[in-house]
Amino acid sequence: MWKWLHPYANPEVTYHFTSKLLPWLSALAAIFLSIGLVWALLFAPADYQQGHSFRIFYIHVPAASLSMGIYFGMAIAAFCSLVWQFKLADASAAALAPIGAVFTAIALITGAAWGKPMWGTWWIWDARLTSELILLFLYLGVIALHSAFEDKNLAGKAAGILTLVGVINIPIIKYSVDWWNTLHQGSTVSKLGKPSMSLDMLWPFIICFIGFSLLVGVIACLRFRNEILARNSIRPWVRELVSQKLNNDH
Amino acid sequence: MQFSSFSDFINMGGYGFYVWLSFGAATLLLTMLIMSSRADHTKIIDQIAQRKNREDKLRQARKNKQQQAAIQSADLKEVNR
Repeated sequence: MWKWLHPYANPEVTYHFTSKLLPWLSALAAIFLSIGLVWALLFAPADYQQGHSFRIFYIHVPAASLSMGIYFGMAIAAFCSLVWQFKLADASAAALAPIGAVFTAIALITGAAWGKPMWGTWWIWDARLTSELILLFLYLGVIALHSAFEDKNLAGKAAGILTLVGVINIPIIKYSVDWWNTLHQGSTVSKLGKPSMSLDMLWPFIICFIGFSLLVGVIACLRFRNEILARNSIRPWVRELVSQKLNNDH
Repeated sequence: MQFSSFSDFINMGGYGFYVWLSFGAATLLLTMLIMSSRADHTKIIDQIAQRKNREDKLRQARKNKQQQAAIQSADLKEVNR
């Protein structure tokens, strides 16, 4: 496997691979998201208690679980970069942080818009909500550290350490609804073997979830390419690529 | 289909404001993220092109100077002769 992975440590190979991946990922994301969201908004049945407000679920839950998933991915990248000094791992961690921050913000906003009609309040200092807010601040801290240093290696190290310390927050978010008696409801989807949801509600959720995951992939590719270019700006292959691109534009 | 008319769909059984706030905010934030990621790409390429131009100009200036110096020293040699 190492032999197979080895060429992807080369930024040029990885840049071109990412560029080839982009249109396919974008097309798949568009297909899954349009099917999933139309199904979620128009065809999924309304909840017997929550009525149509339940449709927020189809954005809220994918956004929230992806906000944790992206953090986990960023932590793995930060670990690889700190331990083995993979330069590209730093670039991918820096690419993922803003995406994670946006998904965390979406989870918080949609959660508030769902909480207001169901709980009667936009916000409450409940364990789940508070730990998710801390996740947002962790993301903002990581973004700030990445842009705080001119030297990208130093920036990557500082942001990586913050990322790894912040990993402790992930299980806290995940299990907060079990550990504390919170207002936030327990998990309905991830109960293995026995999802407590009817299938005609579950299917559009699965499609939306895949769609949002693919969208994360698309944006990650876009930002990862930018990071590679910015970090290798003096390399000849980047210079050649830039002059080619500018020639195509004029 | 869960709705009988378009206004029914917009109304969302009385939860219209909250549902459309959620979907709107998510769409807006994601669109902004994608647009800024794409804009960064052109910005970075322009920056690299600018830096390349500056370096090329410096290199050219250095070369011109060397050439001029060579011409001057050749002239001096001629005068001395």
